[in-house]
Amino acid sequence: MKFLDYAPAPESQALLNLKSDYGLFINGDFTPGRGTPFQTINPATEQQIAMISTANEADVDAAVSAARHAYDGVWSRLSGSDRGKYLFRIARLVQERARELAVAETLDNGKPIKETRDVDIPLVAAWFFYYAGWADKLDHAGVGPNPAALGVAAQVIPWNFPLMMLAWKIAPALAAGNTVVLKPAETTSLTALLFAEILQQADLPAGVVNIITGDGSTGQTLVNHPGVNKVAFTGSTAVGRAIARSVAGTDKKLSLELGGKGANIVFDDAPIDQAVEGIVRGIFFNQGHVCCAGSRLLVQESIQDDVIDRLKRRMQTLRLGDPLDKNTDIGAINSAEQLARIRELSDLGQQEGAERWSTDCVIPTTGFWFAPTIFTNVSTSHRIARDEIFGPVLSVLTFRTPAEAIAKANNTPYGLSAGIWSDKGSRILAVADKLRAGVIWANTFNQFDPSSPFGGYKESGYGREGGRHGLSAYLKPAVRSGSRSIPAVEHTPQAVASAGKKSASASKKSASAEKAAK
Amino acid sequence: MTHSPLATYQPEQRALALIGGEATDANLRRYLHGIPGIDAVGLEARAADLGTRSIKTSSKRWAIDTIIGLIDLTTLEGADTPGKVRSLVAKALVPDPGDPGCPRVAAVCVYGDMVGAAVTALGSTHAAGGTDGTGVQGVRVAAVATAFPSGRASIAIKLADVRDAVAAGADEIDMVIDRGAFLAGRFGQVYDEIVAVKEACRRADGSFAHLKVILETGELNTYDNVRRASWLAILAGGDFIKTSTGKVAPAATLPVTLSMLEVVRDWHRLTGVRIGVKPAGGIRTSKDAIKYLVTVAETVGEEWLTPHLFRFGASSLLNDVLLQRQKMTTGHYSGPDYVTID
Repeated sequence: MKFLDYAPAPESQALLNLKSDYGLFINGDFTPGRGTPFQTINPATEQQIAMISTANEADVDAAVSAARHAYDGVWSRLSGSDRGKYLFRIARLVQERARELAVAETLDNGKPIKETRDVDIPLVAAWFFYYAGWADKLDHAGVGPNPAALGVAAQVIPWNFPLMMLAWKIAPALAAGNTVVLKPAETTSLTALLFAEILQQADLPAGVVNIITGDGSTGQTLVNHPGVNKVAFTGSTAVGRAIARSVAGTDKKLSLELGGKGANIVFDDAPIDQAVEGIVRGIFFNQGHVCCAGSRLLVQESIQDDVIDRLKRRMQTLRLGDPLDKNTDIGAINSAEQLARIRELSDLGQQEGAERWSTDCVIPTTGFWFAPTIFTNVSTSHRIARDEIFGPVLSVLTFRTPAEAIAKANNTPYGLSAGIWSDKGSRILAVADKLRAGVIWANTFNQFDPSSPFGGYKESGYGREGGRHGLSAYLKPAVRSGSRSIPAVEHTPQAVASAGKKSASASKKSASAEKAAK
Repeated sequence: MTHSPLATYQPEQRALALIGGEATDANLRRYLHGIPGIDAVGLEARAADLGTRSIKTSSKRWAIDTIIGLIDLTTLEGADTPGKVRSLVAKALVPDPGDPGCPRVAAVCVYGDMVGAAVTALGSTHAAGGTDGTGVQGVRVAAVATAFPSGRASIAIKLADVRDAVAAGADEIDMVIDRGAFLAGRFGQVYDEIVAVKEACRRADGSFAHLKVILETGELNTYDNVRRASWLAILAGGDFIKTSTGKVAPAATLPVTLSMLEVVRDWHRLTGVRIGVKPAGGIRTSKDAIKYLVTVAETVGEEWLTPHLFRFGASSLLNDVLLQRQKMTTGHYSGPDYVTID
């Protein structure tokens, strides 16, 4: 027997108490959707887990009006400290049911249990704890004294971190005093529905959070609904663009968290073994289904061979297989569709002349799997160096000088994340200063904390989540009765004429303020 | 990786070739400071991650027996007597009187003046790396030397200490480096001492007692220092690098051991030569020991899980492992009265 063939150590599913059918969570209760239900499957086995409802237009309307009603009737009238109490309660319940949520997430998403257990679910609780503390301190959120909530927030989240993305969206929205209609991704609705049970347990007033399920068209109906004041979306750049287009011209506030093609820059004075760990964590964490993944490795030419050799050795110890096994490092790809995209792009990489290397792990016969893969000899013009693959595929590029590293790292339409590996603190700061990415990690990668704002440059989206910045995405400055008249007069030409110079300079001022805010 | 001709060199030639000159303070400093640094946060995170491996059922059974076979059962007290050493030897040979199938430990580790008592107590079961008459792995005798644990004595005293222990029949010498010299940057002195101690390990028949070099990582304080001291000890000809004396806190930790295993792995990549690692002190539970096995297997490979290449320096660990072993055999937890004190 080989010791490294660790005996199976599967996490028990006994704690799970799933229903065979799930309805929509509207106004505090589960109700069947009026669209055609669909099945949610375990991507590791392709077995059905449960049937999920589809919300049609009428359901979306019901959810938005429930949220509006709860906003007007209850949530906007509660004090910040009372809202905080609910959030603390939710956070504690998430912790109490952490094991159950971790197993459900692993079943539904395909990611390894060690990640749901040690990363996803603890961060969900942390997010609620963090924003619970903010609920009665909104004066310090950076939008002036007595800021106001926006109203009803429509939130659409992706499948890569289902419950964590839900927490990133719901916690700040509720803390700021908004009510919510959230739509989880089609393939990963399960934990959002378990979360709805937690909301019932927490006795959250009906309608404050509504969870509706369905495919992209449900999401589209939701963001287009006229009763919505705020749209928050995390997902692909293509869908983000479509949402921006449909929201344009309305007074809905929008924040977008989109794709990325993060550069992980390894200088020749890097702590080499930790850099290799960081490269692995950067691209193989969550099967590479991470918008801020370090999918482009930029390694200094002088140490390329050594780094690649060490990386390959390390990758051979990655264990791909049953996501519920506590020793699994690489789980299943979330869907057949995503697997097809990863295959297509990596085949293209080979055709373009990059050198492909994958670990020799045994691929299970059912389910969706992709062996950890790296491409060397990649040029900046290759598709695999430009397109977001969203899978366990790393493109390795080289550089010779810091200036070249910065230029190559920035040479992407995206700008979500980057990593810098060097033992020299001054170099880290100098390079970080020139990288156009929202999150820059130094000598680490893929670390998340509720107090740290997260978001992108360029096609990676706009708006920040996490920290004080994440809170201000759900707030507006206090509406003071005295100042209200000024923007109102600007719209009537006659008033502009009569107000003369003063009004014109005021409007100029507000335009520049708006620019600064962007 | 290609194994260079370095594999066929004698340790001194190899060191000269790698350092690119005599082992002077300046040359060694240039070499040791050219080794990539360690990011402490990243190293500790990796160690913690390895510690989350879940070793169950058949894997756990194998791990438990392997751990027993890798233990240097140790007594290093001022109060040690031949009687205490006899008792330790008896425990080393038959760790669990209730189960004759229980493997023997790798070695007993004692002070130099107790080597004779240990050799006598072992009798025919004393084996320098071989098997006794019955074909069962023999138990070796390891002696701490060189003015253990502080190393604060003249070189003449240290070498006499080593020669005494080797003459009395020690199979392995656990020496301490001069941490004062290392921290003061006198790398040449540390190097020369290890070379001299290695020479003092030579027996009359020309063979050598195995040399374990104790770095006392708790006094070196930083992982970068530990890494440099590891390279230095290996360059100078140490067969094993060992974390601690057990007399200084912190003793062995998983991150420190991981960083030393990485050096051993890199040395193997560079020269094709395998060096052993011995974490010592502070490893008291089966659960902890299993984390070390995982770390060894996933860092240097599981071929390192043999007494020639990996040891635990421990005293109380054995009984906890035996309790776990009994639990796996009988399905019930027993208690401290069901394992023997040595």
